[in-house]
Amino acid sequence: MADIAATDAPASALAVQEETRGTRRLHQGIMIGLAIALVIAPFVAYPVFIMKVLCFALFALAFNLLLGYGGLLSFGHAAYFGMASYVSAYAAKQWGFTPELAILSGTLIAAALGLLFGALAIRRQGIYFAMITLALAQMVYFFSLQTPRFTGGEDGIQAVPRGKLFGLFSLADDRALYWLVAAVFMAGLLLMYRIIHSPFGQVCKAIRDNEPRAISLGYRVNQYKLTVFVLSAALAGLAGATKAMVFQLASLTDVHWSMSGEVVLMTLVGGLGTVFGPIAGAVVIVAMQNYLATLGAWVTVVQGIIFVICVLTFREGIVGVISKWIKRPL
Amino acid sequence: MFELLGVPPQALFGQVLLGLINGSFYAILSLGLAVIFGLLNIINFAHGAQYMMGAFVAWMCLNYLGLNYWAALLLAPLIVGVFGVILERLLIARLAHLDHLYGLLLTFGLALIIQGLFRNSYGSSGLPYAIPPQLTGGQNLGFMFLPNYRGWVVAASLVVCLATWFMIEKTRLGAYLRAATENATLTQAFGINVPLLVTLTYGFGVALAAFAGVLAAPIYSVNPNMGADLIIVVFAVVVIGGMGSIMGAIVTGFSLGLIEGLTKVFYPEASATVIFIIMVLVLLVKPAGLFGRAA
Repeated sequence: MADIAATDAPASALAVQEETRGTRRLHQGIMIGLAIALVIAPFVAYPVFIMKVLCFALFALAFNLLLGYGGLLSFGHAAYFGMASYVSAYAAKQWGFTPELAILSGTLIAAALGLLFGALAIRRQGIYFAMITLALAQMVYFFSLQTPRFTGGEDGIQAVPRGKLFGLFSLADDRALYWLVAAVFMAGLLLMYRIIHSPFGQVCKAIRDNEPRAISLGYRVNQYKLTVFVLSAALAGLAGATKAMVFQLASLTDVHWSMSGEVVLMTLVGGLGTVFGPIAGAVVIVAMQNYLATLGAWVTVVQGIIFVICVLTFREGIVGVISKWIKRPL
Repeated sequence: MFELLGVPPQALFGQVLLGLINGSFYAILSLGLAVIFGLLNIINFAHGAQYMMGAFVAWMCLNYLGLNYWAALLLAPLIVGVFGVILERLLIARLAHLDHLYGLLLTFGLALIIQGLFRNSYGSSGLPYAIPPQLTGGQNLGFMFLPNYRGWVVAASLVVCLATWFMIEKTRLGAYLRAATENATLTQAFGINVPLLVTLTYGFGVALAAFAGVLAAPIYSVNPNMGADLIIVVFAVVVIGGMGSIMGAIVTGFSLGLIEGLTKVFYPEASATVIFIIMVLVLLVKPAGLFGRAA
């Protein structure tokens, strides 16, 4: 197989290039479509709902960067999401940070936490990696539970002031905040797209597909893994910090393991390792939670059933299926 | 009354005993996880939910069927084990050819379903389960008061753990199991029904979890969430011990329970996180785990 590929290299390389050019145009089209949809959305739907979807979509995108492109299943992403949410809420409420600084500080804390936890977790592979990240996240949960002075304990940090963006524009109005959230989301998506399609992203994919081969080619696999872990944690933190601004609340729910499970579910439903899948997944799961909210604990059961169905019969996810259908990577 | 390191011995030994009890649950659960992982190559995320089911089946036996604790101790692992066998045959077996991460996700989904269903039916406040009359009261050992039931839990767990170790390491069936863990295809070529072995192994691991659940029922209240947080601690225990050795899982489980109990006496703030901290230290010093084979 390898020999044939080598002899056909010039022709196949050309074909790949044409393919990517068409694909890139398609992706640009989707991005523009998304941007237009974001502009129209607040006029046709409830802004807080869309902001919630956007925050979780960003969270799922961050998670997908790690699992879909780095091949690392973290079962503790709630730690970065929740910790960033706490830090930005605390900074905005207690220190009077402006929203952009509060979000930035939350993101930085998440990145630092990601650096610490990532360095530990990448010492083991596969199934152990998942268990370690889960256990570390549980440690963050207990920390949050036991430091009510910082986290507000069971009550969480409530009534977080949205403040004025750059000290100038008040974000108290949902519509005003919406534009900030939409901008954060779009920036996050573009950054993610750039990372995935950069040489760095290509190496990450190579490690995902065949780690021993990547090592034998001379790549410092652990550095790549750690970098993608930190990037993912930081973006998850960005999502969490933004979420704290939207709901003016940071609570234990955000650091609980069930939140880690939810983001896995969103990514799985939308399509693992696809650029746009996590967005679709977040829309589906958040909408489902909204419509099923009256059912109480049944939501957990329904989520569990979706998990089982996805794993057994629908592993490509929504976007993955569409991508197969149109024979283009999405 | 003399004091040890500034702590009254009653409190010290009481916590040590409670630590040993938690340790026996860690040992039984991590043992089950290790056995299942060895043969099926999946991490059974539903293990905590199945532990909880064991406690609930015991409660149901008592309240619906009038069956006492001793009958439940036998029946609950059997019932939950059969449930595990059905799960394996219907769902988990379909993932055998896939990346083992899918097994983790599937069993996570199953755990959500099981926990959600029990929460819907029984609420999350917990149901009481009385200590069996034969084991009420306790012994005064001079330096501490030993409640009979707690002593029984530690003894019973130890016996079950050692029996499991004996079965896997010293019997013919165990030899088949070890062979299939090492190389399933070759074992099947020797005429051993590996798929059946896989199913029974999963059932056995699940039954172990249910057994721990029954033991736990009179100590902690029977609660739909009782397994959810426990399983995460057990994951940390498994990371610390490594899944390569059965005896390793037993030793690690008991000693971590003991350490947790001691932490409760000397530095209670850290008692919830001490196992995770030990996990971090082990990862730094010996990433493969104390008894693990280097990957």
